[in-house]
Amino acid sequence: MTTAELQTTATVARPSRFDDEVGGPRTQGMTRAGWLFLAPFAVFYILFLIWPVIYMVITSFFNTSMVRSGLGSFAGLANYHEMLTKPDFWGALWHTIQFTIYTTPPLVILSFVFALLANRVRHAQWFFRLAFFVPFILPSAAIALIWTFIFTPSTGLWNEFQSLLGDPAPLPVLGTPSLAMIGIAITTVWWTIGFNFVLYLAGLQDIPRELYEAAAVDGATPWQQIRSITIPLLSRTTTLVLLLQIVASMKIFDQVYLMTSGGPGVSTQVLLGLVTNTAFTDNRIGAASAASVLLFIVILIITLARQIVESIQNRREA
Amino acid sequence: MTESTTASPTTVSTSGRARRARNGVSIAAPAARVVDNSGKGSGRTFNIVSWVVLIVFAVLWLIPSLWAIKTSLTSNSTSAIGAGPILRDWHLTFGSYKTLLSGSDLWHWYLSSFVTSILTVVFAVTFGAMAGYALSRLRFRGRRLVFLLLIGGILVPPQVLIVPVFQFLNVIHLLNTYWAVILPQIPAVVAVFVFKQFFDGIPHDFEESARIDGAGYWRTFRSIILPLSRPVVAAMAIITFVGTWNNLILPLFVLSNPKLMTIPVGLATVQGSYGQRLSDIQASSILGALPLVILFLIFQRQIVEGVAGSGLKG
Repeated sequence: MTTAELQTTATVARPSRFDDEVGGPRTQGMTRAGWLFLAPFAVFYILFLIWPVIYMVITSFFNTSMVRSGLGSFAGLANYHEMLTKPDFWGALWHTIQFTIYTTPPLVILSFVFALLANRVRHAQWFFRLAFFVPFILPSAAIALIWTFIFTPSTGLWNEFQSLLGDPAPLPVLGTPSLAMIGIAITTVWWTIGFNFVLYLAGLQDIPRELYEAAAVDGATPWQQIRSITIPLLSRTTTLVLLLQIVASMKIFDQVYLMTSGGPGVSTQVLLGLVTNTAFTDNRIGAASAASVLLFIVILIITLARQIVESIQNRREA
Repeated sequence: MTESTTASPTTVSTSGRARRARNGVSIAAPAARVVDNSGKGSGRTFNIVSWVVLIVFAVLWLIPSLWAIKTSLTSNSTSAIGAGPILRDWHLTFGSYKTLLSGSDLWHWYLSSFVTSILTVVFAVTFGAMAGYALSRLRFRGRRLVFLLLIGGILVPPQVLIVPVFQFLNVIHLLNTYWAVILPQIPAVVAVFVFKQFFDGIPHDFEESARIDGAGYWRTFRSIILPLSRPVVAAMAIITFVGTWNNLILPLFVLSNPKLMTIPVGLATVQGSYGQRLSDIQASSILGALPLVILFLIFQRQIVEGVAGSGLKG
């Protein structure tokens, strides 16, 4: 959990059955009570979510700077044009995608396997939760210190391990452009697998036991049971896990900032790193906002893709 | 129930959490739900294989933490040499912990993290539950619009807003205060929906009788809804605490005063400032993570359910 952010996935609530009743005699009082109950949340929601979104979009069209007050001169689409023609932007997008490609398959497949096995094995559940889930709730900064240490060039544990495998002079993982992102990916898989693990575990527990019993009576082997009962019945969990995973990967920042700061060179620079560098190092709010808007659009597309996949699944099941 | 759990993490929370809480069955205690194949040949082999594979992976997963703990208990001079010496040196020492705990940095970070996390929890949970109540129980004009705005907000990842949020905090002169970390984390939209759906699952009968006795909305909320919602309040409080404690990007940019740094920001500076004191670095990582490990040991069920129920992911 890199930040306090609550990322969900929105088959969220819809206004419920009461909606048509607005206008009755009791509604006057209810409208007041309703807004009073909403007010404290609404104030913070407007100030720290709605307004920043609007401000971000506005500044993306201006030459706003960190060191001057005010919006600065109007820039039109120049910030967007700059970003979309800049190799650094496409590089950062590519590294973000690269990170997603490296982490998503192991995070989905391994967590499924771990949950499946943990659900079968009836002993020592606490031990597996401790091993797989606890890293997920620890601060990224603590995780980064542990793994940077493991990846220490020539004296670290990883180096030792590679020497044991017969590599006399292993390359430094975080110091080699082609390997640094792999190091970050390994760290991330270790750190966040617990999230997918508990989602799969919850999904597995909702599969009625009778299905397995019936299959066993018919002589199905455990492997057949997994293939024809577990995997199909978990398809919705898998869609959820997969898309949450991809969205989370697009927002990667912590591990990169802490472990490589985007380096060596710019070989691990990711989109959110580019945004913060442009804003806080180059002091260029306008350009950073344009990059943020572009990142936001990418995330939005993925989230909407999930909605579409889910509604197709719903229709098929209905 | 089966459908809602897998369909969407937010929907789980109502029926799923309510049911689990009532039956005392939770995700955290799935032990009894295993198909018993132990009598049959292939099932038995399969169970043994499962067991062995799982143990191997679990041990593999524990190695990095154990390695950090071992290093933190080794002297700085040994750990500077390399992995081999750390592994062979079993003269355990608490020297690194003493150094860190007798200095003042770590205590400042702890204080900042506790203050910001606890205040964020209080505000986020109170305001979130109130908003959830309004959406669950009150039929007011503008409700549809509120719904739309909130669902829209779920699509906005807060990290992406770091630049405008920084600008805004700068304008209102709150940079380098605890409030800069607390206020932006209060509007947690998902919490509102989790509360709303839990409240939806509470039968209306209780409130009807209270309302006949003349209780207003606030009293109904305080003395009927909230006491019935303890499991979801606890889960949301703990999840929010963990999220705030671990947040790096927000405090990193809005706090520059070393005395105000939270644990993650402090830990981010350690590598540079401790240099070759590798045992001290690992000890600081362990100490930064420790409160969360303790929290996990106490509130295992709430944390696991809260995470699975809200689909909370950084």
